[in-house]
Amino acid sequence: MTVLIEAVGLQKRFGEIKAVDGISLRVPKGEVLGFLGPNGAGKSTTMKMITGFLEPDAGSASICGVDVFEDPKKAKSLFGYVPEGAPSYGEMTPRSFLSFIAEVRGFRGADIAERVAASVDRAGLEPVLDQVIDTLSKGYKRRVGLAQAILHDPPVLIMDEPTDGLDPNQKHHVRQLISEMASEKAIIISTHILEEVEAVCSRAIVINKGRIVADGTADDLMQRMHYHGAVSLRVVADRADAAIRALSGASNVVRVETVGKPNGHMLLRAIPRQKEMAAAEVAALLRAQNIPVDELYVERGRLDDVFRQITMPADGGADA
Amino acid sequence: MRDTWDMAWIIAKRELRAYFATPLALVFLTVFVALTGALTFYVGGFFDRGQADLFPFFAYHPWLYLLLVPAVAMRLWAEERKTGTIELLMTLPITPVEAILGKFLAAWAFIGLALILTFPMWITVNVLGDPDNGVILTSYLGSFLMAGAFLAIGSFVSTLTKNQVIAFIIASLICFLFTMSGLDLVQNTLRAWTPEVFSTAVASLSFLAHFQRITRGVLELPTLIFFFSMIVFWLFATVISIGQKKAQ
Repeated sequence: MTVLIEAVGLQKRFGEIKAVDGISLRVPKGEVLGFLGPNGAGKSTTMKMITGFLEPDAGSASICGVDVFEDPKKAKSLFGYVPEGAPSYGEMTPRSFLSFIAEVRGFRGADIAERVAASVDRAGLEPVLDQVIDTLSKGYKRRVGLAQAILHDPPVLIMDEPTDGLDPNQKHHVRQLISEMASEKAIIISTHILEEVEAVCSRAIVINKGRIVADGTADDLMQRMHYHGAVSLRVVADRADAAIRALSGASNVVRVETVGKPNGHMLLRAIPRQKEMAAAEVAALLRAQNIPVDELYVERGRLDDVFRQITMPADGGADA
Repeated sequence: MRDTWDMAWIIAKRELRAYFATPLALVFLTVFVALTGALTFYVGGFFDRGQADLFPFFAYHPWLYLLLVPAVAMRLWAEERKTGTIELLMTLPITPVEAILGKFLAAWAFIGLALILTFPMWITVNVLGDPDNGVILTSYLGSFLMAGAFLAIGSFVSTLTKNQVIAFIIASLICFLFTMSGLDLVQNTLRAWTPEVFSTAVASLSFLAHFQRITRGVLELPTLIFFFSMIVFWLFATVISIGQKKAQ
């Protein structure tokens, strides 16, 4: 696999604060890397250094093997970048703005119109092509930023919170666009929306306080969740005690927790001894005791919980 | 080098289009032309002097520029930083020098346009009498050069803040100091408590003194070098400052 984005030991300080403290990463072609982390974790700062906007105190970054700080002009021609908030020149129309970008990107003559048309088509900008950008809705403004980044069909795409503030339909559209392009490019997106990672990212990195605290696929991350593989079930409240007794007796159950008591039912969660436990096993156990189960499922672990657990260790620890 | 000018030209075109996207550019041009006219005729006593020259017209340019040039320059970088477009611009395959040059040239061309629009003045004086058109041409050139120097100062100041009003005020202030430094008012004060060399050095930085030499029809090399080195110096300061401030 060809590594298209590489960062080695990036560090950046703002005064006393270490915004980024030794981040290294490699993104091969075909991978969509999700940057996760709470606000202020250093996601944007890392992206600004990879794109050469911000000079790191230490470390290096390269795009397709071209060092961003040694040959900035060449490196910058190899990626498309959507900065946070997708800024664009508000007094221009999408058509004139994208034509300007095309010209800066080195296209001339008929190529300009052709490139603009292609990226407008991809980003779905036709209806507002000649409207002043300042008057556009947030969703369209975001698409202008996106169209600008993909205009030259770069091998690398870097997007800082591309779906922030969009409605669910618009989010879906942007994610679809990213997924379409994923196979031929290396893409980094930052987000604090975890469903996005599941939806589009083939790998995720969690950043906290300027350091990488987790790295893996969305599944890998969920494996780290305390409840991963636990079986949750809902039984009628007056049979709850019986159910707890039955489950606690089972050989591969460590303990049983009560989660809540909504509407005359009891929510239980059986924590397995090994990481995995078959739902069928639990069901059979309860059926043998004649305890009716209303609902039963295996916890995959929600990314939200994983996120909290990783980025706020004290809080997550107390939860478990 | 060719690439640099090509890229600067692309940036300059975008900037110029942005000026005319709002009525502000037209307002500016109108105000400039109207003010130069009013000052020439009413304050400068164009008719009373009974001389066929544009001396009263050019005499007010430094004072007009003091307010109008910072108004053009203030948005150059302050706006880019405020709206975040600077992050877009600086991650495109453009060097800072190209971007700074392009923006500066666009603003300079805009002021050049304002100057050109004062041509009725030139027609008037030619209809009324027989002026020395050589002196008028050098004066126009000198005025344009001086505007460029003011503009380069404004470009630098505009990188220091995201607030355009602050950029305007500080740029006006610095331009004011550079204009005033040759006047007796300033020189007498300086001479009272600084060595001769210092007050002479300050006087030689005066835009007014250099410009007045030009309006008398004397376009000397030192004056040209003075204005050009002012422009280069302040644009260089802009390059340094943008490198430091762009991400803040």
